[in-house]
Amino acid sequence: MAQRRSYQIGSGLFILLGFAALAYLATQTTSIANFSQGPSYTLNARFTNVGQLKLRAPVKIAGVRIGSVESIEVDPERLDAKVRLSVDKRYHEIPDDSSAAIFTSGLLGDQYIGIQAGGSPDMFKDGDEFVLTQSSMQLEDLIGKFLVNGAPPAKPADAAKTDGGDTGSEHPAATPKKS
Amino acid sequence: MSAQLRRGIVAGIADGLARIGAHGLFLLQILAALPASLRHYRETVRQIWFTGAMSLVIIMTCGLFVGMVLGLQLYYVLSIFGGTAALGTVVSLSLYRELGPVVTALLFAGRAGTSITAEIGLMRATDQLAAMEMMAVDPIAYVAAPRFLAGIVAMPLLACVFNALGIFGAHLVGVSWLGLDNGTFWSNMTSSVDVWTDVINGVWKSVAFGAVVALIAVFQGYTTAPTSEGVAYATTRTVVFSSIVVLAIDFVMTAFLM
Amino acid sequence: MQVRGLRTVLGRKTIFDGVDLDIPRGKVTAVMGPSGCGKTTLLRHLTGQRRPDAGSIRIDGMDVTGLSRQALFELRERIGYLFQNSALLTDYDVFENVAFPLRQHLRLPEEIIRNIVLTKLEAVGLRGAAGLMASELSGGMMRRVALARAIIRDPMLILYDEPFVGLDPIALNQVLRLIRTLNDTLGVTSILVAHEFSAVARVADLVYLLAGGKIVAHGPPQALRDDPSPWTRQFFGGEADGPVPFQYPARDYAADLGFAADHPSAPSAAARQAAATTRAAEPRA
Repeated sequence: MAQRRSYQIGSGLFILLGFAALAYLATQTTSIANFSQGPSYTLNARFTNVGQLKLRAPVKIAGVRIGSVESIEVDPERLDAKVRLSVDKRYHEIPDDSSAAIFTSGLLGDQYIGIQAGGSPDMFKDGDEFVLTQSSMQLEDLIGKFLVNGAPPAKPADAAKTDGGDTGSEHPAATPKKS
Repeated sequence: MSAQLRRGIVAGIADGLARIGAHGLFLLQILAALPASLRHYRETVRQIWFTGAMSLVIIMTCGLFVGMVLGLQLYYVLSIFGGTAALGTVVSLSLYRELGPVVTALLFAGRAGTSITAEIGLMRATDQLAAMEMMAVDPIAYVAAPRFLAGIVAMPLLACVFNALGIFGAHLVGVSWLGLDNGTFWSNMTSSVDVWTDVINGVWKSVAFGAVVALIAVFQGYTTAPTSEGVAYATTRTVVFSSIVVLAIDFVMTAFLM
Repeated sequence: MQVRGLRTVLGRKTIFDGVDLDIPRGKVTAVMGPSGCGKTTLLRHLTGQRRPDAGSIRIDGMDVTGLSRQALFELRERIGYLFQNSALLTDYDVFENVAFPLRQHLRLPEEIIRNIVLTKLEAVGLRGAAGLMASELSGGMMRRVALARAIIRDPMLILYDEPFVGLDPIALNQVLRLIRTLNDTLGVTSILVAHEFSAVARVADLVYLLAGGKIVAHGPPQALRDDPSPWTRQFFGGEADGPVPFQYPARDYAADLGFAADHPSAPSAAARQAAATTRAAEPRA
C-alpha cells in the first residue's frame, strides 16, 4: 500500500507540474499577459484607418504600457473606426488635448497605440474621446505616393486630393517616375 | 513482373487497411472497457507515474536543448532581416504550434511507448494476460485502458513542460548570451501569441498524439507474438508506426485546425 | 462436467478429433498424454479461452462454448486455474498477487483480505515470502504462490496445467498433498494435466490418456498401469517405440542424408518410393 501511495503522490506532483507549465505558458507568454490587472477606465478614439491594429494591442505613453485596446468597430454613420481603449486607473492624469496615433513596433512588429501627451490643465475622464488622432501609416500608400510624386508628400491630404480629383494632372505627375 | 508488382501493391494496401482496422477495433474495445477501467483508477494513476513522470527528465532536457538551438538558429536568420526583436515570438510560436507537440510525441513514443509495448508484450508472453482472463478480470480494462488514459493525460502535460523549457532555453541564448533586450523578447512574444489559437490548439494536438501513441503502443504489446523475438519486433513497430502516424496526423490537424 | 465430440483444428493440424470426457464432481481427474498432444489446449477449451471448432463442453449444466463474455467471466470466478508457468503478475509482490482476485471482485476490509491471503499462503508454506516480488522467487515457489492465488476464492473447480514440472521432491509432495487435501476437505473438482505417471497415480481418482487427438484409454490409475493396450504400455512403460511415434513425421532417413544415389534431393513421393525400393532390394542383390 505504501508503494501505491508513493505512486499517487508522484503522479499528483507530475500533473501539478504539467498544469503549472500550461498556466505559465498561457498567462505569461501570450496576449493574456497584456490584460491589465487592476481597475481601468475607458477612452475612445476615432481613426480613419486602424491598419493591422488588433484587440488587446498595447496602449503606450512614452513607450510604456498603460492599457490595451478593448474593442474596434466601425461607426455606421461616420464610417470610421471607433476604438475603445482600456487604460489603467493608475494613469488617470492624461491631459485632454493629448493625441493618439497608431504606430508599428519595428519593421515586423505589431501595431500599438501611442499617446502623445498634451499640455492642457484638464485631464481625461472615463468615456472621453481623443480629439486629435493619427491613423495607421500604410506602407503601400507611402510607397505609392513616393513613386507617384518622386518624394514623400509634404501635405499628404492635399496630394491625395489632387491625385483623385483632377485626372488631367495625373499624367504629368507620373512622368518623374519614368525619367 | 508487373503483375507481380501489382499484386504486391494490392496486398500491401490490404495489409495497411487491415492494420488500421485492427487498431480502430482495438480502440473501440478500449473505449467500451473505459467505464470498467475507472474502477481501477489506481492503475491509471500508476501508469501516469510510469509514462508521464518518468519521462520528465528526457522531455525537460530535450526541451531545453531544442529551445537553445531554436534561439541560436532563429537569431541568425532574423538578424539577416534586422528582426531579432521577434525572436521570442518566433520561438514561442514554433514551439506551441509545432515543435512542442511533435517532438514530445516522438520522445514519448521512444521513452514511454516502447516500455508500454515491452511490458504488455512480456505479460502476454508469460501468460499474465491469460491469467487475468482466468481470474475474470478483463485485461483490456485492467491493462490496456489505464495505459491509454495515462498517455492521453500525460502527453499534453509533457508537451507544456517541453514548451516552457524550450522558451527558457531560447531566452537563455537570446537574452543572456546574445544580448537581446529582455523586455523586447517578452513584449513581442506576449503581443503576438494568442492563448486559444496557439497554446490551446497545441494542447489539443498533443492530446491527439498522446492517444495515438498510447493506442499503438498498447495494441502492439497486446497482439505481440509471445516470444522474446516477438516482443522485440513489437517494440520496434511501436516507434516506427507511432512516428509515422504522429507526423501524418500533425499535417492533417495543422491543415484543418490551425 | 461433460465433453462431447470435441474437435479442434489448429492451422493444418487436427488437435482433437472427437474427444469425449466425463469428469465426475468432487474427484481428481488427470488427463495425460505425450507432449504436444493438446493437453493445455484442452484446458483452454474447458475455460472458454479458446472456442473449439465443434463439440460441446458442459460445466455445471452450462455450455461453455456458447457463453457470452459476461457469463464466462461469472463462471470463471468459480474456477481456479494454475498456469504451467505460474503467470504471476510481475508488477506486484507475492501478497498482492494472491490478493489480486479478492481485490478485483470483492470489496473487503483490509484485515479480512490479509487474513485470507496469509491463510492461503500458509497452506502452500510461503507465508514468510509475502513481501517478496514475483521475480525473486524460484520456479517451484512461483508455482506454489500461483496455487495459493488459484484457491483464494475457494473455487468449485480447479484446473492444474502441468503442476509437477520443475518441482523438487519436497515441493512435489507438498503440492500433491495440497491437491488431495483440497479435494477431500472442500469437495473441489480437480482436473490436472500432466505426464508424470508416478505423481499422478498418487492423487488421481480417474485418468484419461490422450493421444493422436483421441482418448485412447481411461480408468483408475491402477487399472491403467496393468492395461495391456499398446498405448498405455508405451506411455506408462516409457518405451520409445509404439503407437506414439518418437520420430516427427519425416522423409526417408537415407534420402534425407543423401544416400539414395539416383535421386540425391528427391522430394517427390515417387522418388522416395523408388529410393526405398532400391534400398529394400539391396540386401537381396
